Amino acid sequence: MVVKPNVLKHHLKDSWKSLRRNGWMSVAAVSAVTVTLLLVGIFMALLLNVNRISSQVENDVRVRVYVERGTTKKQEAKLEKELKGLDQVKTVSYRSAKKELDTIVGSYGSQWKMFSGDKNPLNNVFMVDTKNPKATINVAKKAEKMKRVAEASYGGSTAKKLFKTVDTIQRWGIGFTILLLFVAVFLISNTIRITILSRADEIGVMRLVGATNWYIRWPFLLEGAWTGLLGSLIPMLVVDIGYSLVYRNAGLTTAANGYSLYPSVPFLIWLDLALAAIGIVIGALGAVVSMRRFLKI
Amino acid sequence: MIQMKNVMMKYDNGVVAMKDLNLTVDPGEFVYVIGPSGAGKSTFIKLLYHELTPTAGSIKINNFDFNVMKSKEVPFMRRQIGIVFQDFKLLPRLTVYENVAYAMQVIETPEKEIRPRVLEVLKMVGLEQKLRRFPSELSGGEQQRVSIARAIVNKPQVVIADEPTGNLDPETAEGIMEILDRVNQSGTTVIMATHNQQMVDAHTHRVLEIAGGRLIRDEKEGSYGSEA
Repeated sequence: MVVKPNVLKHHLKDSWKSLRRNGWMSVAAVSAVTVTLLLVGIFMALLLNVNRISSQVENDVRVRVYVERGTTKKQEAKLEKELKGLDQVKTVSYRSAKKELDTIVGSYGSQWKMFSGDKNPLNNVFMVDTKNPKATINVAKKAEKMKRVAEASYGGSTAKKLFKTVDTIQRWGIGFTILLLFVAVFLISNTIRITILSRADEIGVMRLVGATNWYIRWPFLLEGAWTGLLGSLIPMLVVDIGYSLVYRNAGLTTAANGYSLYPSVPFLIWLDLALAAIGIVIGALGAVVSMRRFLKI
Repeated sequence: MIQMKNVMMKYDNGVVAMKDLNLTVDPGEFVYVIGPSGAGKSTFIKLLYHELTPTAGSIKINNFDFNVMKSKEVPFMRRQIGIVFQDFKLLPRLTVYENVAYAMQVIETPEKEIRPRVLEVLKMVGLEQKLRRFPSELSGGEQQRVSIARAIVNKPQVVIADEPTGNLDPETAEGIMEILDRVNQSGTTVIMATHNQQMVDAHTHRVLEIAGGRLIRDEKEGSYGSEA
């Protein structure tokens, strides 16, 4: 497998030359890579952002602890201390009933102002953030048993449903990506096999004049890598342009809800590098796998 | 030196192509392998360059004992052999020069040694004026001369030629034969499978006759037809 620098240079030149000499065969192989990587690219961008937003939603889940009406400041301070003392609790913040009402007025209109002052039916609230989103359920249960607590909610079944949905999306997403990569390896190695078949005579001559197996493999491996790299160019371009457009248009909507997609830079740089790397590795691997049977001595 | 002992070759389909073959070829010898089509000449040649592995028996070429040789040693054994085929097996996409240089590049010869040696052998086979031609632009005889140049460029100790004149007219075949004689005179062992009777009778050398997978005649300075 060890290769001298001048021999590698020769192989690099040779692989590039044979890629051009193979003409339409190379175009076919590159196209197969292009189609597959386009799917992989789009799906990766989608999946990564679904994951990001899911975790943002997930982290947004918090426990609201409603304080009984008529509780004194001193009792509230004690309750806050108890809440902070709970396992898994990250932060505890206080929102008065007036502030809660202001939020409603801000979102739904001034008709809600009629409830201001003593008519305010809302409670003072402690917002409890947990270290782990899944701990909200336990924290809420414990908080509910504390003195001066009217109610503790964590979104109940909504939170449970959300966690389940996020889990499902992640599991299916990973499964689908792996499947897609398998399809890519299969497609690429098959196409490269055709280009190798068309050059079986060349491999035969190489063996007869005493080339080692690795010497024979190198140009094909490099040609596979070139095929993968060239095949990743169009997917990169399409994903880059497409994502930038989506980010510009959907970015604002999601930001208004408090969620955000990955910013184009550096996200697209990493995605491009990943696509190129997947293309190169799969191309080279496909070539090595395809030519195994030509190297039997 | 080439040594074959009790070599037997049985194909997967049950056909026995070689039986009880025993022979020794000394360095510098010129040996014809003759016999009718299907006699086992090609099997014999393929066994020599380890394209086929014998079912039984042993084959030795110089320091390589095929029975104990590891598969990664096979390329190094083949570097001691130059092979010439009836159908030339030139790479159509490479020029004359590139086809010959290829055999040297493949065994990782330093670049600066390649050019002078390639030019030397192409001059020896009389093709120094056609370096940049592609195989399709050459006559059959010229293509065979390129294939001989490729076979000898790495200075092998043995040249194996499988029907090298089979596709050529008598005059061109004579030219090829003269080149092979010259290769032999420079000290290289030549083993040539042929059924060109005229050639064998005109250029007398040791003759091995194979029929039905058996060696039926081994004659020094022999002719195509048996003496009897």
